[in-house]
Amino acid sequence: MRQTVDAKQLLRKTAFYLLVAAIVVFSVFPFYYAILTSFKSGSELFVVDYWPTSVQWANYISVFKGTAFGENILNSVMVSSAVVLVSLMLGLTAAFALARIDFRGRGLMLIAILSVSMFPQVAVLSGLFEVIRGLGLYNNLLGLVLAYLIFTLPFTVWVLTTFMKQMPKEVEEAAILDGASNLTIIFRVFLPMMWPALVTTGLLAFIAAWNEFLFALTFTLTDGQRTVPVAVALISGSSQHELPWGVIMAASVIVTVPLVALVLVFQRRIVSGLTAGAVKG
Amino acid sequence: MSQSSRQRQRARSAWLFLAPMICTLLLVAGWPLLRTIWFSFTDASLSDLNAAEFIGWGNYLYKEDGEWYGLLADAVWWKSVWNTLTFTLISVSLELVLGMIVALALNVNFAGRGLVRAAVLIPWAIPTIVSAKMWSWMLHDQFGILNDMLMGVGLISAPLAWTADADLSMVAVIMVDVWKTTPFMALLMLAALQMLPKDCYEAAKVDGIHPVRVFFRVTLPLIMPAVLVAVVFRALDALRIFDLIYVLTSNSEDTMSMSVFARQQLVDFQDVGYGSAASTALFLVIALLTLAYLYLGRKHMRVGD
Repeated sequence: MRQTVDAKQLLRKTAFYLLVAAIVVFSVFPFYYAILTSFKSGSELFVVDYWPTSVQWANYISVFKGTAFGENILNSVMVSSAVVLVSLMLGLTAAFALARIDFRGRGLMLIAILSVSMFPQVAVLSGLFEVIRGLGLYNNLLGLVLAYLIFTLPFTVWVLTTFMKQMPKEVEEAAILDGASNLTIIFRVFLPMMWPALVTTGLLAFIAAWNEFLFALTFTLTDGQRTVPVAVALISGSSQHELPWGVIMAASVIVTVPLVALVLVFQRRIVSGLTAGAVKG
Repeated sequence: MSQSSRQRQRARSAWLFLAPMICTLLLVAGWPLLRTIWFSFTDASLSDLNAAEFIGWGNYLYKEDGEWYGLLADAVWWKSVWNTLTFTLISVSLELVLGMIVALALNVNFAGRGLVRAAVLIPWAIPTIVSAKMWSWMLHDQFGILNDMLMGVGLISAPLAWTADADLSMVAVIMVDVWKTTPFMALLMLAALQMLPKDCYEAAKVDGIHPVRVFFRVTLPLIMPAVLVAVVFRALDALRIFDLIYVLTSNSEDTMSMSVFARQQLVDFQDVGYGSAASTALFLVIALLTLAYLYLGRKHMRVGD
């Protein structure tokens, strides 16, 4: 009797760990295979291997040689950082008003902001194209910074509002008694307490901006102004039927490694940010 | 200063604090949206937007010599609508089921759970374009590892042209999307699972109720609100899908989504009027769903209170 119970439990445990192993393999395998491919060159590429056979850096060298890929990475870093800074600045003051001040139209405001975050990007494409060209920002990184605010700003405001609502009331009341102005309260009282929230929100906005494709593809024209997703999408071989898969995989790995590192380091924060952005809404 | 005047002052300063954010959103979202809707009633061309002339409903539907023309009579557009809806329905359902399984597994306390959770986040962190490229290499008809695997276990006898075959390309798109976004669903559901009260589970265990029954009778009803929010968010995202399809199957009509169709008209064919009409149609679909969601959400919240 005892033995059958143990056997049953063992079976159940094995099944559970098999499921977990399957989840891990399913999640990680494509990235692993991209790394594997990126170290292969020549005819090796066209033999399917499941384990590393050799490590060659040729693809990594040719990604940077004679292309604008280095510039593209720099572009992505600059655009994404600028978007994060602007979104956090505008989002912080807006979140203060939405979370701490009781005013008429607040509920409507929150709904309007949530609706903007659900806009299909293509629905503003022609209008935004006109705005960007009107401002002389076509094929200019600033144009992308402006365009990306359409999805980072509502998200930032929404998540920061959620976090700001959780700040203790007593701190704010004490500051008001001391005669602090609203700006002082935001930057001197709340800002130091909100660092974790700002890091989380900023990180999520950074990832969203880093990954954006439609606007980057449409609002830039020359190699030197492109961001990395567009650069990766447009890598082509000497002929249409001969894609340099090794180089494409090397570029993909370069673009992804910093993100994966960030996500792994900040995984707890990211999960809390994602849930603040979605579930609590 | 009296209490009420202080209150009024604070209300006024609220708008001051909101103003920069509101102005920015009007510039990048409000105004462009209005212009797009306006362009959809014109014959605007990308090369010269200023020369746009009002043509009424011409981009949507008009009749000439007994034949219907315009978006609503365009077979390719309807195909893109159908593709978008099929894609949304199938991929969100699969993500719901798989995400639930992953969330339930991660909710169990086991050694190495943190590592597994980190591994699950990886597909979410990879840019869509990059995952599309990674998968198009894995799905390569001659040298792809997926064909190799399937042939290895004897499921297929000859390599399949995943991204080129009319019947398979939608399968390929859904497969990649499910891989990429299941983690998001799983994490949202995991967050909901971890907020559940422990005591009713212990009671169920003492009473000897089967875990499957506990899941459907206790767990599922309790996390339903969170699941619904996750599904709505994913569905709205899936309806506007662009990058994955654009890179994985380029301009193939077999998988073309509404966003891909609209951008092709706008940019590749320079037909801003027609493309804007397609964009406006997509916006209307999503706006209606958003409104329905907000309405239901409000109702739900009131019940919850």
